[in-house]
Parts: sequence; C-alpha cells; structure tokens
Amino acid sequence: MPTLAVSNLRKSYRDTLAVDDLTFSTDPGEIVGLLGPNGAGKTTTINMILGVLEPSAGRIQIDHHDLASDRREALLLTNFSAVYAPLPGNLTVEQNLKFFGMLYGVSAITNRIDTLLEEFDLRRFRRTKCGVLSSGEQTRVCLAKAMLNSPRLLLLDEPTASLDPATAREIRAKIRAVATDRQVSVLWTSHNMYEVEAVCDRVLFLSRGRILLEGNPKTLPQEHGKRTLEELFIAVAREPLSLES
Amino acid sequence: MTPVRAIVLRQLYLLRSGPTRVLSLVVWVAIDIVLWGFMTKYLNTVTAAGFDFVPVLLGAVLMWDFFTRVMFGVTMAFFEDVWSRNFLNVFGSPVSINEYLTGLVSSSIMTSAFSLLVMLVLAVALFGLSFLLYGGLVVPFLMVLFLFGIALGIVGCSFVLRFGPSAEWFVWPIPAILSPFAGVFYPISTMPVWIQWVAHLLPPVYVFEGMRAIVTGGTMSMTSLVIGGGLSVIYVFGASLVFTRVYRNAVRTGLIARYSAESVT
Repeated sequence: MPTLAVSNLRKSYRDTLAVDDLTFSTDPGEIVGLLGPNGAGKTTTINMILGVLEPSAGRIQIDHHDLASDRREALLLTNFSAVYAPLPGNLTVEQNLKFFGMLYGVSAITNRIDTLLEEFDLRRFRRTKCGVLSSGEQTRVCLAKAMLNSPRLLLLDEPTASLDPATAREIRAKIRAVATDRQVSVLWTSHNMYEVEAVCDRVLFLSRGRILLEGNPKTLPQEHGKRTLEELFIAVAREPLSLES
Repeated sequence: MTPVRAIVLRQLYLLRSGPTRVLSLVVWVAIDIVLWGFMTKYLNTVTAAGFDFVPVLLGAVLMWDFFTRVMFGVTMAFFEDVWSRNFLNVFGSPVSINEYLTGLVSSSIMTSAFSLLVMLVLAVALFGLSFLLYGGLVVPFLMVLFLFGIALGIVGCSFVLRFGPSAEWFVWPIPAILSPFAGVFYPISTMPVWIQWVAHLLPPVYVFEGMRAIVTGGTMSMTSLVIGGGLSVIYVFGASLVFTRVYRNAVRTGLIARYSAESVT
C-alpha cells in the first residue's frame, strides 16, 4: 500500500489552473522526485499535501488517512523541510527542536533531540540562535526538525539548495539511508538534476500543473531521446508539447 | 495538550531571551499606575474630604490595564509567528486551530498574570490601593475582563491573518478606542443615551459600573455581572469562529503559504 496517494488533485485560482488533475502515489522506502520548471505546480502540490492549501478538487491520503477528514493523524505521520520555511531565528536550535517536537507530539523529546543533533552534526550549535547560523547550517536544522517525529512521509522542497557539495552529498546519503532503513517515503523537489539522478527512485515531471513524464531518472532521458536528465528537464520547460504522448 | 504547552514554552523561551519582551509587560502598566496614582492623590487633596479616588480611579486603571495586557498577550504570541514567518512550519504541523488558539490564550494567562502582579505591587505599595474593598467580586470582575481581552485578542489576530503583517497597527489602539465607551473613568450615564446603548454591549461596562457602586457604598446588581460575563463568553466563542473562518479562507486562497504577500489577489 502506498504511503502517499494523491488522486485527481486540482488547484485553481480564479482563472489560473495551478495543478490539474494530478494522480500519483509513493511507496514506503521510495524517493520520488517532483521536477519541473518554476511555476509548474511543485510547491503548490507540496503545500496541498501539507494541508496549508486547500485543493479545489481531489483527494490526498497519507498512510490511509484522508488529509481532508483526518488531518491530525495524516500530519502526525508527515514532516517537511523547505528553503522558504526556515525555523524562527530568535530561538536556539534546541529550543526550536523542542517546540516543534512538542507540536508533533514527540515522546522522549530530549533523547530524540540529542540523536538528531548528533546525526546532523549540530551538537555545537545546540544553544545557538538559528538566525545566526549559516544558510547551510539552517538547512541542517530544518532537516533535523523534519525528522523529529520519525515521519512516514517526508516532503523536501529543495533540501540541499544552500549546502556545499560535500555536505549536500552527506545529506543525500543520510536521507537515502532514512528512506531505506525506516521505509520512509520521500517526495523531493530539486533543480539539481545530478542530485535527482543520484537519489531518486522515480521522477515525475510536472509542466503547467500536470504530470508530463514519469519514470526512472536513469533511463527516462534515453527513452525520450535525450542524453541527460538536465536535457530532458530543459525540453520539458521549453517544449512540453513535444513530449506529451 | 502538548501543542498548547509548546506554544507557551516558546513564549517563555522568548521572554527569557532578552529584556525587551519582559519590559513591555512591565513598563506601560507601571507608567499607568504611577501616573494615575499621583493623579488620584492630587484629586484627593482638592476635592471634598472623605471621598477616596484611589479605589475609583486607580482601581479602574489597574483593571483596564489588566484587560489590555490580556488582549496583547494573545496578539503578541500570535505576532511571534508573523514576525518569524513561521506560519508554514506551524500550520503544516498536526496542531489544530483550537489547540493553537488555546496556546495563545495560555501564553496570555502567563504574561497578563505577571503584569497584574507588577501593577498590584505598585498600586498597593505606593498608593495604598486595597482590593479587599471590592470583596470577593474582584474575581468575577477580573474574569469578565480576562474573557473580553481574550475575545478582542483573537479578533486582532484574525484581522492580521486576513490582511497581512501591515495590519498589525490596527490591533494596538483597540483598547484606547474602546475606553471612552467602556465607562472606565466615569459612569456611562454621563454619556449621551445612544452611546449608552453601545456601551451596554461592552462587558467591561458592567465591571466598572459595579466597582463604582461598591466603592461609593451602593450595591452591585448580580444580574448585570451575569450579563457582562455572558457577553464575554459569547464574544470569546464569536471571536474563535471568526479566526477559524479567516484561517480556512487563508488555506483555501493560499494566503497561509504566501503570507508575506499580504493578499493573493
């Protein structure tokens, strides 16, 4: 059974259709890349799965819990990290993790925080305010927050955008391990096609709110006559009609 | 109730993190008590002997400031999420709107109780105000003002959620706008009849009229206190409904996710 099941999801703003009849699912332990040019509907989709944006139509189920009717249970199994949602800068790393841990009803919170500080190499920043951390360090704190409740579904919107290549590789390996070991389902957006190819089991190419292509990131470019995932991305962004089957 | 405790704990962390937030709980109420304390002392020297302005005016100022601090206690806790652009993190978590509002109210209980304590210490120590004069009624008086403060605080939060961070200015003058109609310093019979009708919709009116009746040797109608309490409860429920409605609208339009834009149209 899928961890995330999205069916016929649609979001319109007056005359603008941001997401158009999206249907997909993600399995336990699977990392799915949500790709597409700016404005394709990736963040809109993530916001709807997070419950901060109401769909115009369609259904979202997280581990069998319907988000619309069983929001609390669905979100207890979910967490997210996004570059545009930093944690409050006026709280320390530990205070932020405690605050969000309590919001997510995490038990044995002190031990959980200790584990995550260790895991994300944040121990020396325990009592440092998040606002004075570098953007890469803040990203790591956001990822630690995203792991607080040991989610079944993890939504990552450009999680490595502000990390140096070495840290980004480490984080990718960590998330890959989390997905495999704990059977966490991950929905990952990124504009870094090298990263997507390295980490994702499957990708969904979005264009104008619709899924244009879907498949294995390692074989999908060749299937559409392109050499690399980046070439395919550019084709999706520039000539989506030529790829529609 | 863990999410509620989380919101209170966050406020405690912020209060501990520097002097500015604590000073805001102390400075304004202290200035008011000292200013009105000396004013009442002066009035006691220039008016007919035997009438004590301290419980009438200073007591009223203390009660009004308590109401103000309750209201601001709710809005300040909410503004922390506005100022730190924290809506996505908070509203993307399993916290329910009821838990979130209860968290704001609980934060306000903590901060307004601290302000009340500061005011009591100053008013009693410097100007000899005695709450014993009001008897056991002081508890329902404080309760009515507390509930009305909560209601207005939630309305203020709804307004800022609906119209964006720049609407914050709207919240600060609300107590000052209401005070002429709430009979804080004078009986509402002083005002034109049509304003008296408006005043009767404000729960604090029943508190301040009651306080004046007690200190001038009269008796207070319990019915009016019940009306004041009932109105406060209705306003709290009404304000919670307004906030919930505004929140749902923000989720439907996408405003929560793009709050810094102030409007999605």
